[in-house]
Amino acid sequence: MTAARTPKPAANPVRTARTANPARTAKAPRRTRPDTAGADTSHDRDLLRAMLLIRRFEERCVELYSAAKIRGFVHLYIGEEAVAVGVSEALTPDDAVVSTYREHGHALARGIPAEAVMAEMYGKATGCSHGRGGSMHLFDAGHRFYGGNAIVGGGLPLAAGLALADRMRGEPRVTCCFFGDGALAEGEFHETANLAALWGLPLLLACENNLYAMGTALPREHAQTDLAMRAASYGMAAWAVDGMDVHAVERAARQAVEGIRAGSGPHFLELRTYRFRAHSMYDPDRYRDKAEIEQWKERDPIATLTERMRARSEWDDKALATIERLVAEEIDQAVEASEKAPTEPAEDLLRFVTSRSAEVN
Amino acid sequence: MGNGPAGEAKTTYREALREALREALDADERVFLMGEDVGRYGGCFGVSLGLLEEFGPKRIRDTPLSESAFVGAGIGAAMAGLRPIVEIMTVNFSLLALDQILNNAATVLHMSGGQFPVPLVIRMTTGAGRQLAAQHSHSLEGWYAHIPGIRVLAPATIEDARHMLAPALADPDPVLIFEHGTLYSASGDLDPAAGPVDLDTASVRRPGTDISLITYGGCLPKAMAAADTLAADGISAEVVDLRTLRPLDDATITGSVARTHRAVVVDEAWRSGSLAAEVSSRITEQVFYELDAPVERVCSAEVPIPYARQLEEAALPQAVDIVKAAHRAVD
Ligand SMILES: Cc1ncc(C[n+]2csc(CCOP(=O)(O)OP(=O)(O)O)c2C)c(N)n1
Ligand SMILES: [Mg+2]
Repeated sequence: MTAARTPKPAANPVRTARTANPARTAKAPRRTRPDTAGADTSHDRDLLRAMLLIRRFEERCVELYSAAKIRGFVHLYIGEEAVAVGVSEALTPDDAVVSTYREHGHALARGIPAEAVMAEMYGKATGCSHGRGGSMHLFDAGHRFYGGNAIVGGGLPLAAGLALADRMRGEPRVTCCFFGDGALAEGEFHETANLAALWGLPLLLACENNLYAMGTALPREHAQTDLAMRAASYGMAAWAVDGMDVHAVERAARQAVEGIRAGSGPHFLELRTYRFRAHSMYDPDRYRDKAEIEQWKERDPIATLTERMRARSEWDDKALATIERLVAEEIDQAVEASEKAPTEPAEDLLRFVTSRSAEVN
Repeated sequence: MGNGPAGEAKTTYREALREALREALDADERVFLMGEDVGRYGGCFGVSLGLLEEFGPKRIRDTPLSESAFVGAGIGAAMAGLRPIVEIMTVNFSLLALDQILNNAATVLHMSGGQFPVPLVIRMTTGAGRQLAAQHSHSLEGWYAHIPGIRVLAPATIEDARHMLAPALADPDPVLIFEHGTLYSASGDLDPAAGPVDLDTASVRRPGTDISLITYGGCLPKAMAAADTLAADGISAEVVDLRTLRPLDDATITGSVARTHRAVVVDEAWRSGSLAAEVSSRITEQVFYELDAPVERVCSAEVPIPYARQLEEAALPQAVDIVKAAHRAVD
């Protein structure tokens, strides 16, 4: 359902005048791949592979957590893969991503190597945050991935700042910030939404509405549960999307990103999804019906895509097995490399505390 | 330290906190608990598990993710005569409510010329040791202890977990209670003789004659372990548990140092500008001529708490560090 629930606000002449920035049009926006969502087998294969990588990666994380190879808080994305993959398809390598503590999917879909992510979960020196961050704090400058933030809503103002910098320098780039339905209750969301709309910032607000903030169901968290409508009240384009359908997500994200690049300011997507697993490894999941989880599993984004591909007949179990094998190999390699990787020596404890101490070694 | 003989564990720190909540809710119908996931989920660390079923959703209130709003609402409800207990998941998240705590809770009584007391209790988790990295592991209770107008508590034993809440609720002013995350599962026998804690006093957890190990919260078990090691080395260490971080009980601190003539202050917060600095300073101000050695401090390394196990361990005060510091002072 990509139907725009809230039409884009009509161009506001006052705001356009105030934020007009000739430099912005100086550079042609870099193109993403052509929009082939739902029509092209090789593109679908990429989408499938990306979603499967996240799914199988996290399933392996569960095993490794039980084996005490990974520690700390780990939040699984299983069930929500279509969101990260669909949105990432609409972004170019020049764009930026700001994420949450539930960010393995965002990081992998962004193209951060599974090995660097896995090594970080192991707390190894080869991890994408040098073992300082763990599961909740994946960072990768090369991929313009500005971190998993574990303060709910904490990434939003930062993302607005990245977008502001692009806006001021006339860079035709987009900053995409992922956050959950729970974050809409934080003041930081509302302050950021207002600021971004007021200044017409090139910001994609990707709200992953998985119906729960930890153990608190959406209607127990929000007086008004129509999240897109609330975002629209700040004067930005906002609509709800079926987050279990990777094609729908990709289409919506492309539309939003195009709008942002064209200069129409922040866009908000309410991506309706569901987490199949508990909130974190510590969560006994006492607050929701098993039947509800099973119902959502029937809308598994990976199964939905494979069925669609099968229906187009250029697709069979053999092809799926091939992708599964490639993904398994990639994860095996990531685990193997993480096992072998060196730990950060405790003597380097104070490294990275300041820029000067980062230079040491 | 409330660690009973193995296999005979009667209660945990977590259960002791829950029992204290239950007692408070039973005793006074003005008391209610609110915070993120305190009800249906049972509390992010399981402290309030079962209380929703027992006391209902009016008194065990799940809130949205709005730390500033629900802490502020707690302040207002307290000013209106209720006795709210607000739970914030961790001290790191309390920063989203810092404005309410500092600019409202701590100041309203004073600004109103004494007209509006704020009888509010705020509980939150603090501290590291669980590989939760730099947004879930800090020890910022010392910051709060800087603020006049509030009382700051750090229960470190099962008895204090059980018996600090009632006097905190009886206090007419805001009280912040810091529960160290590594203590929740500590188990032992709850001393049946224990009663309401005198919130103005520190506690000597182990008497000794050669050196005072002064600490609180999650570092208490480490100081007790260090005292065991020191005893084997022939050094008799006294362990002082501050337990009330504001106001500090100067008499117990200086009394101990006057007896032992040496002190190690152990604090999981960073050393610079720490509570350990405050305690050390008070010792030199008040009993300087009793000292036979400079006051030692054992604090966390000046680094955001890292995720990797060996790095986190290296960042935190450990029993061996306390032992070393004690030897420096004694030898
Ligand atoms: C400021 C703050 N308050 C509370 C928490 C604890 N916490 C972590 S995740 C979470 C739920 C967030 O829900 P939502 O935004 O919907 O994201 P989801 O976990 O569902 O992806 C909570 C309460 C936190 N990390 N930060
Ligand atoms: Mg959610």
